[in-house]
Amino acid sequence: MKRRDFMKNTIVAIAGASVPLSALEFIDPKEVLAANPDIHWAFLIDTYKCVGCGFCVKACKTENDVPFEANVSRTWVERYVYTKDDRRYIDSPKSAQDGFIDAKIDLGAHLGFKDIDPENVGKAFFVPKLCNHCAAPSCTQVCPVGATYKTDDGIVLVDRSWCIGCGYCVMACPFGARFFHPIHHVVDKCTFCYHRITKGLETACVNACPFAARKMCNIKDINDPITKIILNDRVGVLKDEFGTKPQAFYIGLASEVR
Amino acid sequence: MVEQAMTVHGELWTVKELFVLPNEYIYWSIQIVMYPFMTGLVAGAFVLSSLYHVFGVKQLKEIARFSLVFSFALLPVAMMPLLLHLAQPLRGFHVMMTPHFTSAIAAFGIVFMTYACIVASELWFEYRKHFVLTTQALAAQPQKSSFDTLRMHFFKILTLGAMDISGEAIQKDHNAVKKLATLGIPVACFLHGYAGFIFGSVKANALWMTPLMPVIFICSAVVSGIALCILCYVLTMEIRKFMAKRQMRRWAKDKSAPSVEELQSAENQEIETASRFLLYFMIAALTLEILDLIFRGYTQVKSWDILREVILERDFTKIFIMQYAFGNALPFLLMVLPGRTVRRTTIATVLVIFGVFMMRWNVVIGGQAFSLSFAGFMHYHMPIWPTSWVTFREGLFGALSVMATPFVIFWFLGKILPPFLKDEEAH
Repeated sequence: MKRRDFMKNTIVAIAGASVPLSALEFIDPKEVLAANPDIHWAFLIDTYKCVGCGFCVKACKTENDVPFEANVSRTWVERYVYTKDDRRYIDSPKSAQDGFIDAKIDLGAHLGFKDIDPENVGKAFFVPKLCNHCAAPSCTQVCPVGATYKTDDGIVLVDRSWCIGCGYCVMACPFGARFFHPIHHVVDKCTFCYHRITKGLETACVNACPFAARKMCNIKDINDPITKIILNDRVGVLKDEFGTKPQAFYIGLASEVR
Repeated sequence: MVEQAMTVHGELWTVKELFVLPNEYIYWSIQIVMYPFMTGLVAGAFVLSSLYHVFGVKQLKEIARFSLVFSFALLPVAMMPLLLHLAQPLRGFHVMMTPHFTSAIAAFGIVFMTYACIVASELWFEYRKHFVLTTQALAAQPQKSSFDTLRMHFFKILTLGAMDISGEAIQKDHNAVKKLATLGIPVACFLHGYAGFIFGSVKANALWMTPLMPVIFICSAVVSGIALCILCYVLTMEIRKFMAKRQMRRWAKDKSAPSVEELQSAENQEIETASRFLLYFMIAALTLEILDLIFRGYTQVKSWDILREVILERDFTKIFIMQYAFGNALPFLLMVLPGRTVRRTTIATVLVIFGVFMMRWNVVIGGQAFSLSFAGFMHYHMPIWPTSWVTFREGLFGALSVMATPFVIFWFLGKILPPFLKDEEAH
């Protein structure tokens, strides 16, 4: 083989090989599957529509294998009752998984249940809660092993195979969204049903809510009707003083709700 | 579906009152009280030993070596409560293997190992002469039992082949000890200050979040460390005096062994100086703690309503009676009132250690005594009798094993690194 031919063949070989090699770059699974910059999930809760039926909690526990008999939940509903004599009562019995079937207020182990005279009720409402999937989450910041992390489309997840169970993230969350899973013995939390929304389905709680008090959207899609509500209407977030930038927005949020 | 009881982590020892969020429990329990308490003792013991090595406080010569060995014995125990607390203890080493550096806990492995290396090498320089002399003495024995041969080889390995004990070489050792002790002070403070940072940086917790937390932790750490060293020093000196009186053990029969009077005078002098430093650090710690409290009461931010109820009503006995009165004011008086004796100082140190323990308790458990909703409270009922692995490690017996371990380690360590050396063997 002449030297010229050798050089020629080498150049052809390199050029030929670079095509499939560059294809490897194109199909980087991370970029294809997760790093979708066009999606950032957000949640919208209309507290005026919530009646405290607890279907969302039931659906969530069923969908995500959180035992009904365990006193923890990825989502829960709170009841606020204000009496005319200026007293405030809040409860969420069993995370409201069975709904608010009793007018009595649950005051905890020592104090039992309290009857409130319906005539004395000034205002009362329900507030559904779940992980806020904060844009600047303090939980992922404090995880010592990086077992909890934020995906590129805005969801905070926990890697069950890597969590050491120190509970630092539980302490760091200002919303009480995290807990220890009674079976897996690692930290668990709402995932916005990541396994469903990435397949184009709704979250279990959104799907179960009979009054459409819970909605989800891609906040980067300005044509999405829910995104339009968040962008154009007056919505609030919980505990913005912590600077975590919650991504669960509320319509009709009262200042007493913490 | 039949609903069976399924307890979740924390439910066993948490009692909720009024409105507490469904997922809230006292997740950081007794072992997390033990963690800063034990690291505090490590750091404090080291600082006490450095007072002699770095600042040349001659009166502390003997207690300094004692504290250094004790600090080393406490070191592995600082990690124990953290491991016992983990829901997945077998994954604990992930913190060292895959540290996530935005987390305050992630630096633990690095800071802890750095500190361990410093203490270990300082001990080596301090005890090299002892290792060499022991090896030589054992080698010179005409008839050696197999245990003696084993000991000889063991000490020979400990010398790492550096057998030179000329005056020049010993001087070099001495300089190395001084340098390491100097380097060790900031690292010890960092080790503990950052335990304070772990709490102080939790913005979700209204009681914990203050930049003063690391400084408060360092001061109270030094207080507890010095107090424990004084206490243990007095106890071992009492045992030695008892032995000297009864002419027990080989060393007490030796002609060069110190007499009861010599031991007594050494003890008095060491305790006098050490307790003076204890007082200084107590004043600093108390000032900062009170400042924090006053500041919260004066600024009255959103969380003050619930904090006031916890601090001034629900936890009043634990904070003001047990921590401040019995743990600070009483020992302070015992030490400053004229006519102080070793016995009075010893009683004071016990109270001081108790006070620092209560401070850790009031921070860790007190910080979880109220709900994130600011509308409810949580009560902690520590599991006493271990009925399961969880109630052992997160209960009284788990805490007691953590507390007892350093003394066991200290006893074994004393066989290799005797805390009391005769002058010709020591620096």
